[in-house]
Amino acid sequence: MIKAMRFAMHTPWLVFVLLVLVLFAISSNSVSLFGTNLRSIPEFMILPLSDWAGNALNWFAREASIGSLTVQTITRNFAELVNWPITALNMLLADGIVTGAGFNKHQLMPPLSWLGLSSALVLYSYFLGGRRLAWLSAIGTAYLVFFGLWQHAMTTLASVIMCVIVAAGLGLFIGIASYRAEKVEIASRVVMNVMQTVPIFSYLVPTLLLFGYGPSAALLATVLYALPPMVHATVLALKSVPTEIREYGEIAGSTKRQLLWKVELPAALPMLTVGLNQVVMMSLNMVIIASMIGAGGLGYDVLRALRRLDIGGGLEAGMGIVVLAVILDRITQAAARRQSAGLNHEVRSPRPWLYLLIIFGATGASFLLPALQFWPEKMMLSTAPFWNESISFINQHFFDQMEALRNFSLLHIMNPFRDFLVELPFVLVLLTLGGIAYVLSGIRLAAIVMGMTAFIAVSGFWEAAMISVYLTACSVVIAVLIGFPFGVYIASSPRLLKPASLLLDTLQTLPTFIYLLPAVMLFRNGDFSALIAIACYAIAPAIRYTIHGLRSVPESRIEAAIMAGCTPTQVFRHVKIPSAYPTLLLGLNQTIMMALSMLVIAALVGTRDLGQEVYIALTRAETGNGIIAGLGIAAIALISDSLLKAWAAKKQHQLGVKP
Amino acid sequence: MTNASVLEMNLAGGHLSAPAATQEARETILSVSGLWKVFGASEKEFNQANGTQLSDEEFAAHGWTAAVKDATFDVKQGEIFVIMGLSGSGKSTLIRSLTRLNTPTAGLLEIDGQDITHATPDKLLELRRKSLGMVFQNFALLPNRTVESNISFPLEIQGISKEDYSARAQELVDLVGLRGREDHYPAELSGGQQQRVGIARSLATNPKIWVLDEPFSALDPLIRNDLQDEVLRLQATLHKTVIFITHDLDEAMKIADRIAIMENGRIVQIGRPEELISAPADDYVKRFVSKVPLAKVTRVKHIMSSASTQDLPGPSVSANDTIAEIGPLIIDAGTDIPVTEDGKIVGVLAKERAIRVLAGARD
Ligand SMILES: Nc1ncnc2c1ncn2[C@@H]1O[C@H](COP(=O)(O)OP(=O)(O)O)[C@@H](O)[C@H]1O
Ligand SMILES: [Mg+2]
Repeated sequence: MIKAMRFAMHTPWLVFVLLVLVLFAISSNSVSLFGTNLRSIPEFMILPLSDWAGNALNWFAREASIGSLTVQTITRNFAELVNWPITALNMLLADGIVTGAGFNKHQLMPPLSWLGLSSALVLYSYFLGGRRLAWLSAIGTAYLVFFGLWQHAMTTLASVIMCVIVAAGLGLFIGIASYRAEKVEIASRVVMNVMQTVPIFSYLVPTLLLFGYGPSAALLATVLYALPPMVHATVLALKSVPTEIREYGEIAGSTKRQLLWKVELPAALPMLTVGLNQVVMMSLNMVIIASMIGAGGLGYDVLRALRRLDIGGGLEAGMGIVVLAVILDRITQAAARRQSAGLNHEVRSPRPWLYLLIIFGATGASFLLPALQFWPEKMMLSTAPFWNESISFINQHFFDQMEALRNFSLLHIMNPFRDFLVELPFVLVLLTLGGIAYVLSGIRLAAIVMGMTAFIAVSGFWEAAMISVYLTACSVVIAVLIGFPFGVYIASSPRLLKPASLLLDTLQTLPTFIYLLPAVMLFRNGDFSALIAIACYAIAPAIRYTIHGLRSVPESRIEAAIMAGCTPTQVFRHVKIPSAYPTLLLGLNQTIMMALSMLVIAALVGTRDLGQEVYIALTRAETGNGIIAGLGIAAIALISDSLLKAWAAKKQHQLGVKP
Repeated sequence: MTNASVLEMNLAGGHLSAPAATQEARETILSVSGLWKVFGASEKEFNQANGTQLSDEEFAAHGWTAAVKDATFDVKQGEIFVIMGLSGSGKSTLIRSLTRLNTPTAGLLEIDGQDITHATPDKLLELRRKSLGMVFQNFALLPNRTVESNISFPLEIQGISKEDYSARAQELVDLVGLRGREDHYPAELSGGQQQRVGIARSLATNPKIWVLDEPFSALDPLIRNDLQDEVLRLQATLHKTVIFITHDLDEAMKIADRIAIMENGRIVQIGRPEELISAPADDYVKRFVSKVPLAKVTRVKHIMSSASTQDLPGPSVSANDTIAEIGPLIIDAGTDIPVTEDGKIVGVLAKERAIRVLAGARD
């Protein structure tokens, strides 16, 4: 009886497995249907989507016109205009005012002195976060100065500042509009959701076409990329203003504008600052990547080093990016914390004139003492030789082992798996995914998932997509294999909780670029390096969600199990894991999303997947290919996201817990 | 003597005490008639569905929530009108209709004889800036402003000059006893202090109608008691019209001139505290008030008989005292007690009757 019930519970799955087996048999026997082999996608089904998209965009840019001007003319002029403030900020922070070039270069005005800027930063850090943050800022800026990275760091910072101003302003504006009108909110949410799944590089492709190579294209791509979190944070922050405060504003007789600017926005400030932190970090990430289309700065140093395989230089600049990221993150976080902890009348921020005095005082002094403008090259330190030595040391002594590891993985695990995926019949994949979606959720999800799979197929990027799946899957497996036990261990030792979360936070603030460096240094170009880089990047959510899931198992449930006589292992297996299951699934989902977002970056070390297609499209300015391949990655992301979320929802439902 | 006879006596005696008399004479400042607030329904839908006749089940079937049903009452100038009911009974919704934080689904609402159910936005703004002040349960202070700047906020947004609003804020800081904390931020204050700011702020524009929505429910009992006294003190000097919401019967009894009891969206009885106890309109009210000692809400004026000219020995009591307050005196008194008001004898309190009230005798 019980057996029969069990069987009935599993029926959909059984039917499904049978179906898959039958299909597999049919397709592998090269049975033909309508004259085509079911194994590969028939020619006539592949649509020239890339051409269409490319032509449409090209037409839009070159032919479409507003008045007598083509769109491209307008956008290129706009780019010129945008270039102005960027250049100005760059002069102020990094280069000073210079005439001539090469040997005739003559400096009219120095940039703001590093001493002034860093002292002001340390002072501000002290005000925001006390002695610890002040030390962090001091050491960080010292690293940038003494290792000769200051000037490029300031170029990067100038771009970040510009992007943050524009993205935050625009995001605030759209957020307010969405908050006020439901229709706007629905529209903006749909657009923002798609924008967040499209890989970063895809933003670069159309911006390049419209705005040309240079800092302003980088700026616009960055703004697009950093916009969604700001909009999201603004809507969320405004919505979370307590109803009573809003009502008070109305009762006090505020006009609509007063209500927004004097009541709601100030009350929403703590959450807005959290959003700002995200915008800053995303801008930094994108500015680094945008060095490929002419943003300059530290990102360009890393890129150049990667291309020349100058490991030491790359690592040094990479450390500079890490320093910048950590300082920016900690300062904006401290600002957010200060806001939400509530204001205190005894703590007054130092007066603005004090900062100005420090900055301009030091800059004034730099006329007399040029070392205050640019740290003299003779006195610069460099870690590059050290890094180069270490790498060659490792390579000399462990080359055989590492090479063996690399070759074994590639030959016996990765390549066979890749070939298996690539040779899977399209129909089988389509129906399998559809079937899973149907069993997990229903006909609607099945239709969506199958539609997206079909999109990838007809786009002509099927093979590249399967390679993307293979790379992602391998990386995720590694991330989970390492991340899960690590998470379990940390969850069981409360002492490690704080340092671990600090470490994870830091890992997640690092620009994606950084992850490539160590992988390439140790394993050269190729899939294996990509695998390592992606796994490193994606490991943080795997750990984080494991900890979170295990720690939020109700204490009473664990105690009940212990009282029932469970051994610790039994408690883990029968109580903790089942309770944490939905959270673990969401963590898996997040890990996959991170891995997918890293694909295009990993293309730099020579992969053959969709990411590479996007990257190639970017370097050759093939707009259509870039967009369609980018959408292909987005489609994979959406498929896996919706399936895993449906699975988690089902589990949650079975367990009767709320997410 | 039964409760009914207490009341009867009071009325039959034809004796209306002085404050009650002036209350009758006062003009109506707020008038509510047939007010409905149904969430989910527009005015049109409500009328089409013949909403005033619907039962709770029928409302639910439409997917509507009838939070206020057919509220009708007047509030007089200078009165403390308390709306009381359990949580979820519709008190806040009713008060939010009065202040037009929501739009009533049906009914008429007049302040100072002007219809505000259909007031234009400009009119509403004017009304809120000049005539209404409100205190909120969770204080609702602006977190980014200091005490002083919170208090002056309503003036600031009206474009009043900084000098004027600062001066007014200083006055109010003194009025609610927060001198020395003007530059503190809300996060640095205790709950009681925060609500003092809330009170000061709501009085900044010197409004005619002062609305308080469960202002002390989030505070602990001792502080609550202090602030109730504070409200009574302010009322005694400022003579506002007060609409006070609470779910706490003791609080209602302590400060109310009149109480409206709400149950499930409907006002089931409106009356003076002792009326609710002596003549509850239905079982719901009866159960509600059954725990309140009669002596605590019965005042001397309610049960005294008309003044006799004869001189009575012993100490006298005031007409406005509650029987509970003068309990020891009643016990000690050898005979009936003279009642005075403004130094003149206005009546006599029969000892036996007073003791029956003290003993809590009712049906
Ligand atoms: N904005 C709203 N939308 C729908 N229902 C509401 C809304 N506000 C209040 N209600 C409902 O109206 C009823 C009365 O609520 P409320 O006036 O807040 O009660 P009280 O203040 O007496 O506790 C409750 O059933 C509540 O759920
Ligand atoms: Mg309420």
